Amino acid sequence: MDRLIARAGLACGVLAFIIACFMSLSGDWSGLFSREAARSMLALLTSFFPPEVAPAFLRKAAYATLETLAISWIGTLLAVIAGLFCALPAAGLWGAVPKGITRMLLNALRAVPELVWAALLVIAAGLGPFPGTLALAAHTTGVLGRLFAEALENAPREPYLALRRHGVGPVAALSYGLLPQITPQLTSYTLYRWENNIRAAAVLGVAGAGGLGQLLYYHMGLFHFQETGTILLAMLLLVGLVDTCSNWLRRRAMP
Amino acid sequence: MLLAKSQRWRDPAWPRRATGAAVFLLVLLPAGYLTEFNPGVFFDASSLRASRQFLATFFPPAHSLAFLQLLVGSAWKTVAIATSGLVLALILAIPLSLLANRTLSISRLGTGTMGYIPAAVRAGLRWGLSLLRSIPELVWALLFVRAVGLGDTAGVMAISLTYAGMIGKVFLEIYESQDTRATEALLANGARRLHAFFYGTLPSCLPELVSYTIYRWECAIRSSVILGFVGAGGLGQQMELSMRMLAGGEVLSFLLVFMVLVWLADQLSQGLRTWID
Amino acid sequence: MSNSQVVPATSLSNVTLRYRDGRLALDDISLAFTTGEHVAIIGPSGAGKTSLLHTLACALKPTTGVLTILGENPWHKTAAALHTLRKRIFLAPQLPPLPPRQRVVHTVLAGRLPYWSTWRALMSLIYPAEAPLAQAALAKFRADDKLLLRCDRLSGGERQRVSLARMLLSEAPLILLDEPVSSLDPVLGLQALHTVQDEARARDATLVVSLHDVRLARARFARLIGLRDGTVFFDLPNEQVTDDRLAELYAAEPPGSTMEGVTSAPHGIRISRCS
Repeated sequence: MDRLIARAGLACGVLAFIIACFMSLSGDWSGLFSREAARSMLALLTSFFPPEVAPAFLRKAAYATLETLAISWIGTLLAVIAGLFCALPAAGLWGAVPKGITRMLLNALRAVPELVWAALLVIAAGLGPFPGTLALAAHTTGVLGRLFAEALENAPREPYLALRRHGVGPVAALSYGLLPQITPQLTSYTLYRWENNIRAAAVLGVAGAGGLGQLLYYHMGLFHFQETGTILLAMLLLVGLVDTCSNWLRRRAMP
Repeated sequence: MLLAKSQRWRDPAWPRRATGAAVFLLVLLPAGYLTEFNPGVFFDASSLRASRQFLATFFPPAHSLAFLQLLVGSAWKTVAIATSGLVLALILAIPLSLLANRTLSISRLGTGTMGYIPAAVRAGLRWGLSLLRSIPELVWALLFVRAVGLGDTAGVMAISLTYAGMIGKVFLEIYESQDTRATEALLANGARRLHAFFYGTLPSCLPELVSYTIYRWECAIRSSVILGFVGAGGLGQQMELSMRMLAGGEVLSFLLVFMVLVWLADQLSQGLRTWID
Repeated sequence: MSNSQVVPATSLSNVTLRYRDGRLALDDISLAFTTGEHVAIIGPSGAGKTSLLHTLACALKPTTGVLTILGENPWHKTAAALHTLRKRIFLAPQLPPLPPRQRVVHTVLAGRLPYWSTWRALMSLIYPAEAPLAQAALAKFRADDKLLLRCDRLSGGERQRVSLARMLLSEAPLILLDEPVSSLDPVLGLQALHTVQDEARARDATLVVSLHDVRLARARFARLIGLRDGTVFFDLPNEQVTDDRLAELYAAEPPGSTMEGVTSAPHGIRISRCS
């Protein structure tokens, strides 16, 4: 009975919270659902068609697409390497203090969204795809580092310990004893992150970090909606391509 | 000790691995070029100066009373945007996912295959959900900012559309991964689709649905900060303004509040989810 | 194969091992092993065979008592010196510690790791160095066709043979094996022990093997040590181990013990194989 009351209480609380949220929103909501708003949004949507297909622009869009792909690759790759490095102490292999410090570092990296990293790094390095790559790497290191550390912690330690007892050095013992066990998880997490990162890389450019995002921001600012349409199509294609590749790799890597 | 001489032994896995590695490296080089990979760019004179100036303004984090009011107000705005966006997303996703649910297909009863039109409708709905999901939410936000101006509305709309796609898809997967016999039995006995759903599918998957919704709420809070960056209101928008003015102290304050907010949401979300299970 | 030198290279003096929860694993044990000696440890489950082997392997630190391994006290050494000492000790645990997804060739070659540089070790993961060595070692246990299989595709007996093959590749002068042939049929088990002892003899290594099957122990080892409840029940040359002694060793198992099927019949001991 009291569980029912508790649940009812919670439901009421949630409802009250939701109402409060809606009421806090500023902005003209009635205007949003008016005829004019609908008409202008429709106008906006139709202005995307036909998408711009001039060869010069297509070349630019193609280059930006490749750039975005490269950002997602290198960013994820850097994150895998850095994440592995951080995962070793974070899994407690070298004691409690390094574990605590590394975990805090990884949490800090993870907490800041890629876009914010990109904006900060653009201040330090100027516009372009490189700060975007590093921003992606920074955030993803936090995510992957923690996932890798958990995988390491949950892996059975026996093979590693057996080698250590035989006088094998820590790096070799890790490579022969622990890493083989977690390789499928590492691959799975990495591929999952790559799928996520291609979406992130596509929009990082809004902060000036290169790729399709930068192109999009530029053309939207100038109200070039046909070009915007092309860019949006390119984004969708890219995301679809990466998802397919990732699925294929995942199936190949998991026997 | 053992047999001494080694005959010519070849590792059969080697050729495949070597080609894989070669392809990987081959792809890496142009990628490095495209990303203009150049760590030196951080260390040239003008960059160093810009970084140093910006970093210098970071401490102490801004904490004047007026600013703190702005801080708390923006944080609440962010939560409001996220929650409203999520609610709207649910309002959109639940009907769509129910319509696309294969288990509720009447044409499939008995024969095992759906009629063409029901199959096409469902496929179309799935494709629609997929489209909503594939367009990055930032792009939605940009579009809405263009359409309805800067501020909360754009953020709410962007979140509601993207999350409708995500929630719709996951809800669909959850429905279809349940044991379908109960639902099919009810449908076969002539129950209406919605009733069959409520009595057959929902009881077993409700905790999972709620759990996922709470998880999405937590993500929505993070999203709304990011969307704010392009003008969709809340903490993100304020942070972007501060960054443009290179007011490092304000940026730091916003970042700290953001991290606290995310942590609180995470705790609340975990607490609710364990309470539900 | 002991020679005139009787100085015990490896010994335990009044060693007691207590687990953190207070349970007594080894109770005031004193044993001595000379170089090149082959010893079998037998006893009921829970007698402390595994604890004894782990203590000898410097994997568990004795709570009290003095441990001497190959002439040195391991626990009085610096970490680096202990690490060097460990290269001379090989312990094969009861459950072979084979990483599931690794190919057998790498698992066997891991026996060479203490003698390889880190660089060489990592390079070997990319392309197995000295693979024929691994194959030859496996051949001695009739498992060379498993060279390229993944460890999780092996049966229990195959895993044990792989673990023994790893031992062949190590150069340790102290070899400790914990129930190494429990999953092998009697013929294969006997042959495996034969190979192991040949290897130990060639290296002049001290071999300490815990065995569940007393027949194997009596068939192949000159000295048998019976452990019971963490103490040495008997420590005798093979000829002096009588059926009565064995009956006492394994008798009166407390109810619920994991060892089953030890019954004493009027005409002798019938010890059935535990899975």
